[in-house]
Amino acid sequence: KRLRSQVSAALKEGRVTPTQLCQRCLALIKSTKFLNAYITVAEETALKQAEESEGRYKRGQSLGILDGIPVAVKDNFNTAGIETTCASNMLKGYISPYNATVVQKLLDQGAVLLGKTNLDEFAMGSGSTDGVFGPVRNPWSYTKQYKEKSVPKFHSEDQESNWVITGGSSGGSAAAVSSFTCFAALGSDTGGSTRNPAAHCGVVGLKPTYGLISRHGLIPLVNSMDVPGILTRCVDDAAVLLGALAGHDPKDSTTIQDDFKPFELPNLTDVSELSIGIPQEYHAPGLSSEILALWSKAADLFKNAGAKVVEVSLPHTRYSIVCYHVLCTAEVASNMARFDGLEYGHRSAMKDSTESMYAATRREGFNDVVRGRILSGNYFLLKQNYEKYFVKAQKVRRLIADDFVKVFRSGVDILLTPTTLSDAAPYTEFIQEDNRTRSAQDDILTQAANMAGLPAITVPTALSERGLPVGLQFIGRSFQEKQLLTVAKWFEKQVQFPVIQLEEVKRHDSGVFQHQKSASFS
Amino acid sequence: QKVSVEVLDHLEHLALVDFRDSEGVERLQKAIQFADQLHEVNTDGVEPMDSVLEDRWCLYLRDDDVTEGNCTKELMENAREKVEEYFVAPPGNIPLPKLEERETFLQGS
Repeated sequence: KRLRSQVSAALKEGRVTPTQLCQRCLALIKSTKFLNAYITVAEETALKQAEESEGRYKRGQSLGILDGIPVAVKDNFNTAGIETTCASNMLKGYISPYNATVVQKLLDQGAVLLGKTNLDEFAMGSGSTDGVFGPVRNPWSYTKQYKEKSVPKFHSEDQESNWVITGGSSGGSAAAVSSFTCFAALGSDTGGSTRNPAAHCGVVGLKPTYGLISRHGLIPLVNSMDVPGILTRCVDDAAVLLGALAGHDPKDSTTIQDDFKPFELPNLTDVSELSIGIPQEYHAPGLSSEILALWSKAADLFKNAGAKVVEVSLPHTRYSIVCYHVLCTAEVASNMARFDGLEYGHRSAMKDSTESMYAATRREGFNDVVRGRILSGNYFLLKQNYEKYFVKAQKVRRLIADDFVKVFRSGVDILLTPTTLSDAAPYTEFIQEDNRTRSAQDDILTQAANMAGLPAITVPTALSERGLPVGLQFIGRSFQEKQLLTVAKWFEKQVQFPVIQLEEVKRHDSGVFQHQKSASFS
Repeated sequence: QKVSVEVLDHLEHLALVDFRDSEGVERLQKAIQFADQLHEVNTDGVEPMDSVLEDRWCLYLRDDDVTEGNCTKELMENAREKVEEYFVAPPGNIPLPKLEERETFLQGS
């Protein structure tokens, strides 16, 4: 399960070959197809990459820890020669002519790209339910733990409809990592899209500082907030991925130019020097009593271990989601303008005029959510509304960012907050409200970190009463990922989150996975 | 305060996407209502923030040297209609039909 200590070592020692690893993951993808985590499985190219990796290991020339490691990538990253759809009709059939920088970096280090994962259309959503390829199912819906503890409202025949969502929008990536079909996956995070599904699927979700990882090739949603996200099964693995991906990219002028030094995480034993901040505003309306209790328990954990735990205030927290709503729709209105049918993607058969062709193409290609955001964004950007909404939101953004600066300046090192308001909802319940309402509800705890550009990570903490994962979030100072991940790793060790016991796939266990599943965290 | 049909029509023209039905228009109304909460915040003397990296100012200019390109073939591959190395578009300079002449949901409003 853990890259460094187990799989990488196994590969290096020849106990398992990259090809075997790749084949097992591909087989697992097939047997977990009902999760709908993958849009495209790049079987041929993956096996070829695994073969090449095997050759390197045989010659003693491995490219590093990631050589031969199967990974998955969210389908809003460009991948050369592989379809990139953003789960939208607008890009069905679009074969990327290039690799996103982060994808290229993974490939350059020998990672094996298994496929592209499912998401909400154009990463707009918090459930991974609104893409054209259908919703993603949370693997935890199929565990003994969930089946035993979920309210027996449904008879066994109806169990099919009892499944829970992954959260979103990087739900496919979270489900892929959670169900062992890959060792790490890339997501994207604009309002919480990596952390939300990571928390619901019981995996680690890292949102790096804005400007640390290149966005070149990530199909943009909100240029001033988007970041590539990292999903893994443990914090150490997230550090490995971060090391592989971070750093200045001349093709993305919003990446900082400072040298990035990859790091190994120390095993923190003494937290007495640490100051943990508990922002009172994150006790948001709708926060389940269960998660509130877990949050409190976590704070006590730090306190009892000798850390300084203080209550802090981020007064503008509740406006973060409103601010996001305006800035996001405005940037979306601009970013979606490129989809006109001429150069790539879907093109309508309408021929009357250029404009009517554009309009018909976009009418046919975008779903309601995307169109809704484009129209809202255009409204806020109208001359008569520009100052009132867009500029106003930019001012509120500064206030939100300043809240964090003040708190960190007061001596707090890391903030501890819940990641989600509750555990994963059943799909049938989730779809009762529309996308915008759900996003506004679900992004409340994750969004402010994007507003301020800060790094944040969700760590699987415990199972809820329904047997579903709950994660807690740590928010750190800008570019202080090492400190953030060190604390997260310490916390991970303390909570000993249980391994997922997937019922349907128990039969497919083979040597390597058995070994990994039985290995404990510490 | 409801958005006028003129503005809705204007938005459809600007965005080149349609509201499609009353739900679409409702969606916009709710979005505006939601955004109005921003006005509760006092932002006197606060500068708008364009980028969280404003202190580091990493947006820089580079030398005007050609470092990549020559990928016409790859780029043309994803286009549906093309002739030689041209993307083919329907005739331009033809404005979209006016509200009264279009087949749009907004006509009924």
